Amino acid sequence: MGIYLIRRLFGAVLVMLAVATLVFFMLRIVPGDPIAAMLADAGGPEEVAILKQKMGLDQPLVVQYFKWISNMFQGDLGSSIYGSRQPVTQILLEALPRTMSLAFISFVIALVIGIPAGIISAMRRNTPTDTAVSMFAFLGLSMPDFWLGILLIIVFAANLQWLPAIGYVPMSEGLWAWFSHLILPSIAVGTAFSAIIARMIRSSLLEVLRADYMRTAASKGLPVKALMLNHAFPNAMIPVITVIGIAFALLISGAVVVENVFAIKGLGRVLINGILNRDYPVVQGAVLVVSAFFVFSNLLVDVLYGVIDPRIRLS
Amino acid sequence: MTLLQIENLAIDLTRGAQTHRLVSDASWQLDAGQTLAVVGESGSGKSLTALAVMGLLADELTPAAGHILFDGKDLLTATDDELRQLRGPQIAMVFQEPMTSLNPVKTIGYQLTEGMRHHLGFSAKQAKARALDLLEQVGISDAKRRLKQYPHHFSGGMRQRVMIAIALACKPRLILADEPTTALDVTIQAQILSLLSRLCSEQGVGLVLITHNLGIVARHARRVVVMYAGSVVEAADARQLYRAPKHPYTHGLLSSVPRMDTRKGSKLLPIQGAPPDPFDVLRGCRFNPRCQHATDKCLTDKPLIDHMAVHAVACWNQLDTPLDHTLNRPISNNASGETRNP
Repeated sequence: MGIYLIRRLFGAVLVMLAVATLVFFMLRIVPGDPIAAMLADAGGPEEVAILKQKMGLDQPLVVQYFKWISNMFQGDLGSSIYGSRQPVTQILLEALPRTMSLAFISFVIALVIGIPAGIISAMRRNTPTDTAVSMFAFLGLSMPDFWLGILLIIVFAANLQWLPAIGYVPMSEGLWAWFSHLILPSIAVGTAFSAIIARMIRSSLLEVLRADYMRTAASKGLPVKALMLNHAFPNAMIPVITVIGIAFALLISGAVVVENVFAIKGLGRVLINGILNRDYPVVQGAVLVVSAFFVFSNLLVDVLYGVIDPRIRLS
Repeated sequence: MTLLQIENLAIDLTRGAQTHRLVSDASWQLDAGQTLAVVGESGSGKSLTALAVMGLLADELTPAAGHILFDGKDLLTATDDELRQLRGPQIAMVFQEPMTSLNPVKTIGYQLTEGMRHHLGFSAKQAKARALDLLEQVGISDAKRRLKQYPHHFSGGMRQRVMIAIALACKPRLILADEPTTALDVTIQAQILSLLSRLCSEQGVGLVLITHNLGIVARHARRVVVMYAGSVVEAADARQLYRAPKHPYTHGLLSSVPRMDTRKGSKLLPIQGAPPDPFDVLRGCRFNPRCQHATDKCLTDKPLIDHMAVHAVACWNQLDTPLDHTLNRPISNNASGETRNP
């Protein structure tokens, strides 16, 4: 297991390096450059040359690349090329807690709604309850998250005034303040995922309930609760874990869109502003963080597989 | 003393608004500690009957008539809770597919002990001790290590041994074995069957052996019930049935089984045709389309069976000559028209 983990971690680093490389060169291919974005039509060729030199953009691409990579390994992602030239790590560290909070609460909402909904609809198959859950899932999947966000703001913030409409308050300023600001955006992001999870669990559970080993378990005279929790659920979770893992990574990208609706200055804001301004170091850093999420949630899924399913437990 | 008595059991399949009778008029009984073989081909209703005893029929299947008396109590009128109390400590089952009948994500030890802990109130330690004992009884060595392993560490034969151990775990009085060896290699079929049969007789457990293979039950069952298309067609003591089957279907089954003492050159005689579709309404005897001895009466009147008889047969034209196994044909019956090889 230890060796396996080390190998996987090494692989994860390689994947992230590849992503970093790809993003670096793709940004350079995109038309427009930071100098043009900064100066607009104001400067002449001389100012452009000076700025280029100042930012190191006059050096060959390969040199720029290796410089960035070697700095990255020392924990230095460069600085924003704008304004106060804030270090990228600092920008990311400021944005990350917001996006993470949003993603985490969305994730919890998705699980808390999705898992029971899936179990109930599988156990009450073809009853009105099941139909209601399916309808909810269909609706949840069909609604774009940003649109749901706007609806939630109109209803719960503007009309009912139960919850704040926009913004983010750090946890240090009070748990409720932090949480209340996150409820609406988290519902917006989490609804679609709860629908996906509910559907997955329903179909997976229905399949498991037909399995021979469920009949064996029933032939032992065990109570229904033991049958469901000890025998059906662990088996039904195996395919669901994959989806949950991917969902967690996708939550980050969902959060990026919804952050803009709720004016939360998270990773999404950073990324979008960075792209609009051709702020190379900021975009590179932000994409690196997002790719880390994908890579590590996949790793987590693989490790979880081994915990749940002994057949793929790694020796 | 009668342990299990099935009386005129009928099982219906409901699909939409339609109802089809898959088992009709199944009757047989088993005394405590005895072994009964229920024989028939796929779709004859033998497995359904066993599942009905367990109360584990699928949702769309319902027992429509008759009684299943276990120890005098009718299981068809028992509540779910009462049935759960019976499953395990009173009636246990061994299933056909050892490869899929064990939960892949639970250890063998867990699956072996959970019944004991639930029904017998065993502590984890007590249950583990009995589990070790059971694994040894079913011939699995290195039991201590085996308890911690998962089903995928076991071969098919080993898994079926585990299934037998699970069935015996709560000291039941009856085990229903539904084709326990069909999915196994031929080489270990006999081993598993002997093991099951020996453990049951040693521990005084009644055994219902459900199989499509008349040949393999000869040694283990005292009484044999033959089912065809959802009904019992013949029931007799094993020796009697093998020596002189009275129903043309039983006769056909025996003639299609290869035996060591079959004379060289004599042919195995398959039963022509296929069992009737349970969705077809068939008047008279359900075997009549495949029967060489069918008469007009067979096409119109359903033959009745006297379940109390020592040798019970549901046939209008019972065969009354013993079977010559060495030739796969009745000793003095030349009416079949089959050519006889020298």
